[in-house]
Amino acid sequence: MTLAKPAAGQSGTAPLPSAPGPKRNKIKTGEGRLAFMLVAPTVALLGLIVGYPIIKAVYQSFLSDTRTIDPETGQFGEAGAWAGLTNYKQWLLQQCPTPTGRTVRCPTGTLGSQFWDSVTVTVGFTVVTVLLETVIGMIFALMMNRAFRGRALVRAAILIPWAIPTAVTAKLWQVVFDPQGILNKMLGTNFAWTSEVWPARTAIVIADVWKTTPFIALLILAGLQGISADIYESAKVDGANAWQRFVKITLPLVKPALAVAVIFRTLDVLRMYDLPQILTGGANGTTTMSILVVDQLNSGLNSASALSTITFLFIFAIALGMVRLFNANIVGTPGKGGK
Amino acid sequence: MSPKVALGAVSLLGAAVVLAGCGGSDGNGNNSGGDDKAASARGPITFVTGKDNSGLMPNLAKEWNAKFPNEKVTIKQQSDQADQQLSDLQQHFQAKDPNYDVVTVDVVWTAEFAAKGWIIPLEGQYQMDTSKLLGPTVDQATYNDKLYAAPYASDAGLLYYRKDLVSKAPATWDEMLAACKGKTGPSITGAQPACYAGQFAKYEGLTVNGAEAINSAGGQIVKEDGKTPNVVTDEAKKGLEFLVNGFKQGYIPKEALGFQETQSLNAFQAGQLMFLRNWPYANAILSGPSSKVAGKFGIAPLPGPDGPGASSLGGHSVAISTYSKYKATALDFLKFVQSDAIQKYNLNQGSQAPVIESLYSDPELVKKFPYLPVLAEGIENAIPRPVTPFYPAVTEAIQTNIYAALQGETSVDEALKNLQAAIESGTAG
Repeated sequence: MTLAKPAAGQSGTAPLPSAPGPKRNKIKTGEGRLAFMLVAPTVALLGLIVGYPIIKAVYQSFLSDTRTIDPETGQFGEAGAWAGLTNYKQWLLQQCPTPTGRTVRCPTGTLGSQFWDSVTVTVGFTVVTVLLETVIGMIFALMMNRAFRGRALVRAAILIPWAIPTAVTAKLWQVVFDPQGILNKMLGTNFAWTSEVWPARTAIVIADVWKTTPFIALLILAGLQGISADIYESAKVDGANAWQRFVKITLPLVKPALAVAVIFRTLDVLRMYDLPQILTGGANGTTTMSILVVDQLNSGLNSASALSTITFLFIFAIALGMVRLFNANIVGTPGKGGK
Repeated sequence: MSPKVALGAVSLLGAAVVLAGCGGSDGNGNNSGGDDKAASARGPITFVTGKDNSGLMPNLAKEWNAKFPNEKVTIKQQSDQADQQLSDLQQHFQAKDPNYDVVTVDVVWTAEFAAKGWIIPLEGQYQMDTSKLLGPTVDQATYNDKLYAAPYASDAGLLYYRKDLVSKAPATWDEMLAACKGKTGPSITGAQPACYAGQFAKYEGLTVNGAEAINSAGGQIVKEDGKTPNVVTDEAKKGLEFLVNGFKQGYIPKEALGFQETQSLNAFQAGQLMFLRNWPYANAILSGPSSKVAGKFGIAPLPGPDGPGASSLGGHSVAISTYSKYKATALDFLKFVQSDAIQKYNLNQGSQAPVIESLYSDPELVKKFPYLPVLAEGIENAIPRPVTPFYPAVTEAIQTNIYAALQGETSVDEALKNLQAAIESGTAG
């Protein structure tokens, strides 16, 4: 295959000129020390601002919440005794306390019992929305990349949803999905969109896809613009049809941009809070992990810390996995390092 | 050389500021024990309250400042969302902020604030006269047999009904359903209006409506200790069944599963509902120019299974922060906001339900607000939502389980059993 060769060659290593190994050695020892001294204060400051709250939250997650009440005064006892893994057990193993001091499987209606549901819901949203956004985003990007009359208008139209704040988007879709809203009027139905499980989830997916597809489209477009028209020309000469050109040239060459977009979006959806909170208030099977964290904060700070630590580790693990999977060049390491 | 030094100095300075900031909040060890001086101390105070949508606050400040020119009050307005008001108060109390002298407390927050030692009990030298007040408003401000807050504004659920379609207000659930027969449909978008709706979205309003149904049928959610759940009873079952059957048999429209106050009000205002449960404030909007039912609706007490039902109590109290430096002034402020003059002004200018019993039969006020006697009856029969420092867990348990039953996901029996277990777990300790 004549046309497979150049494409594969281009895609294997990232098209971006990544810093090769020898260049780094050119820095003299003295320069390295100066660089370190210059950067150190910033790192220390960042460590304080960013690191301190994270470490504190992780530490708090091992403390108990105030649950004892002095029968005389009615006041809460002292908070924060060392509780070991109690908080984690509550979430991961569904062990909730009882008045007699034993633990039982968290009853329906406690926040503890909603943990695994929220994980499933969050992952479900992530898979569905990112898939849809990638496919639609690719189509939009290909459209925007074409030269045609009114292209600027189409580009602007596609990008507008991304420019609107999420909270506004959520309110907007709330109006659309209202029982007496536009959607029901158009479809001639009287469906209570946000009051039943699957319609509510669908509503959130639609709103999220509407809002963030432009983001993916934009990144893919940037990737597309970097592909030289010559490659397509020669592929055409070699007799490749449109589908072959897309699969063998476009896809491999936009892969780095696509990977960045997908990873960013995935991390974004995994910590999604505002859209479902405003649209459904977390009701009807739309409580994401972040909504659960905020709900728990009202009942107990330390158990909420445990939950946010779990959420953090969960998202971190997925991020790490995805970077590996895509062998992506987003952290600046040379592509060959992954294999 | 010099830029490096400068950079390092700037960073160090930044770090020092951050460190100082961290230390500041913790090092302010001004706790409740050593406040004997503050008890008689007088000085300017700050009154923290939710967003003033009715414009009453400037007058309040003006009146007070005229009376106490040396101890002026500053009004600090929070958001108009209850959740945000709560978290703002929690944060300031945790930081032991001495600038939050007097705070507005939603009826369901009192117990938590009291148990955390954030607000002071109104006893001893802080004694307040509660004899003129409506009983339930005092009950909801009381925790562990001590009054912790001064009732300021009250609220109770009322039944709004279509006078043009129904000859007289129903006193019982059966009468209400009988009045709906043949005149209503199962959806708010149908040709006929739907029968009845309250606030059934999964939020605090569902706790209010669920508690009303259960209390009206003679059930209770927690026992008098504010902790032990008591929902696996025939009475509670009867109450919850009224709502669950409503969705099953169609006398509550299915759209109501997404209703909060505004949506339910909109539906009634558009003529899509025969009966609506809402707060007194709805009266003003329903009588307004954009209402299709202006002049066509009446107001009655909530119905129950055998006679008038029991409303959940709403409203706000005013409490003194433990960390206030000028508690004597704060106490006077509490008495001031509860005075006849202020309570009357708030009713006249903001339609805010007073906490003083006698105002509800004041002929002049009744002439202006014909629903006052009905409201007084509603408040007298009202039952506070559980008074417990574990309120967030309790309301979550109520909302989740009642919502599941309304959706038909769980049976009434199962929902109540789960609710019992969830409250037990949420208040264990």
